[in-house]
Amino acid sequence: MINLRDAGATWWENASKLKRRSLVVSLVVFIYALPFLNNPLINTPGSMFESVLFYPIGMFVLLSLGLNIVVGKSGLLDLGFVAFFAIGAYTMGVLGTRTNLNFWEILPIAMGLAMLSGVLLGAPALRLRGDYLAIVTLGFGEIVRIVAVNEEFIGGARGIAGIPTPPDLFGMKFEILNPKPYYWLLVTMTLLVYWAVRRMAVRRPGRAWDAIRQDDDVAQLMGVPTFKYKVWAFVLGAAVGGAGGCLYASQILSIVPDQFSLNVSILVLACVVFGGIGNPFGVMVGAAILAYLPERIRFLTQPRQLVFGIVLVLIMNLRPDGLLPRKKREKFESEMK
Amino acid sequence: MRLEVKNLSVYYGKIEALKGISIVVDQGEIVTLIGANGAGKTTTLKTISGLRPVTSGEIIFDGVNINDIPAYERADLGISQAPEGRGIFPGMTVLENLEMGKYNRKTRKQEMSEDLARVYELFPRLKERASQAGGTLSGGEQQMLAIGRALMARPKVLLLDEPSMGLAPMMIQNIFNIITEINKQGVTILLVEQNAQQALSRAHRAYVLEIGKITKEAKAKDLLNDPHVKSAYLGTGAHEIF
Ligand SMILES: Nc1ncnc2c1ncn2[C@@H]1O[C@H](COP(=O)(O)OP(=O)(O)O)[C@@H](O)[C@H]1O
Ligand SMILES: [Mg+2]
Repeated sequence: MINLRDAGATWWENASKLKRRSLVVSLVVFIYALPFLNNPLINTPGSMFESVLFYPIGMFVLLSLGLNIVVGKSGLLDLGFVAFFAIGAYTMGVLGTRTNLNFWEILPIAMGLAMLSGVLLGAPALRLRGDYLAIVTLGFGEIVRIVAVNEEFIGGARGIAGIPTPPDLFGMKFEILNPKPYYWLLVTMTLLVYWAVRRMAVRRPGRAWDAIRQDDDVAQLMGVPTFKYKVWAFVLGAAVGGAGGCLYASQILSIVPDQFSLNVSILVLACVVFGGIGNPFGVMVGAAILAYLPERIRFLTQPRQLVFGIVLVLIMNLRPDGLLPRKKREKFESEMK
Repeated sequence: MRLEVKNLSVYYGKIEALKGISIVVDQGEIVTLIGANGAGKTTTLKTISGLRPVTSGEIIFDGVNINDIPAYERADLGISQAPEGRGIFPGMTVLENLEMGKYNRKTRKQEMSEDLARVYELFPRLKERASQAGGTLSGGEQQMLAIGRALMARPKVLLLDEPSMGLAPMMIQNIFNIITEINKQGVTILLVEQNAQQALSRAHRAYVLEIGKITKEAKAKDLLNDPHVKSAYLGTGAHEIF
């Protein structure tokens, strides 16, 4: 089978600066222009295309990028990522309805709270390895949801309604019936995160995470404070999750605990694995496809989930390392283990 | 430089892997610790480098008790280890592996290229393979890489965990020649080995470790002729045991 990843990587490595720039620019323009390409060829019969672009597609792309820092970069299996998404959304919900703070003021608070809970969870849990970490994070995700159900102060099972939209930006109005500005804001946030992740990957933190993922003990022998970097991976992932949640809440305007179930964690993880664990670009492509497909085939109604499942199993069989796996040489990691 | 292990005990859960061992390594020496599989050799090195906590006893480096210093800071003090088996980063290139060896040193470019040159001189093979993934190297090359990477940190003492494990006889000779050469360049070495023949003929002093206890301590040359060591670790019987 032709290897798209390697073919693409080779093209990229040999392309001139101009070619690379034009590709990046056209790709970015295409992504921003997607809401206008609402035609029967690509749109999603059964749901509003622009709305689907924001959620699930855009949102899962952002969340997967965040989880990839944890699972893909530092190799920590986190099954409770939805917790940070929920914390971001609830921060927006509570502060948006009870204070005069607007979206832009709440966003950093939401990210901060998500990061704080990342430390609180990470500090004890990251001393555990492998399966134990997975179980503890899974528990954390459930605890956050259950607390939300039982805590009347944050709306209990009824959740929070009447969450305000973000204030106008560059003359654009954020309205529930006009998802475009939300989508553009989400794309902008995602591109910023992608850029930051790429920068980090080639610097000391990236090297440290690579080392930790490949051999924690040996990384320590090299002088890498592995625990500190694992907590950082967790915290950065949490910040992305929190930001996503905050924006999500300000778009759908009412939230209930059930939106933050284990399913979300699993789906985001599936996006990461499907796209190519550890490769941020692959992860974004994977998440976009995985979130788009069920909406695209919504007209199938009954057999929709079945078709989706079959496609997933087929692709994972054809490409066990994901659609666009990380660098070729890093494949040796799994073979060695 | 002086590394001193005093009455060191280390447990894995309820299993006492080291039962109060004492070892001294002085500046410029090659000291070897020989012992059978499961004797506690790896545990000793992991405890010295900080990967295993001390249950009781002391690790003293240059006169300071380092029991509570975390592993990642011990690299900074000048303790460097080439871990057992394939202790390299398989998904990083040879060059990246070597650079990781300097992770903790706020290195000037100058120092980096000097040390790379030094490692490449010792291991020309690594230079040829600089951009190849660590995981694609042969067993011997991986061992070279592990040792070279440990040298990048400019260690005061180099801990080697069974560098000959799983290597062909030619490659074993080669590795031990290089270890001797590294020592001649002024690096103190604590060498853990099952290959007692090679280790004893290269080292200055030696300890015999048996089920968590030091049972003998002597000049390495003397142990080569020791009847107990001969029957247990050298000669024909040895091949069958290990
Ligand atoms: N992670 C571990 N958990 C439990 N027991 C261990 C662990 N590592 C080593 N041991 C035990 O400690 C003893 C010493 O092991 P080790 O230091 O690896 O010996 P050597 O390196 O001399 O072969 C052995 O009995 C081994 O089974
Ligand atoms: Mg061992």
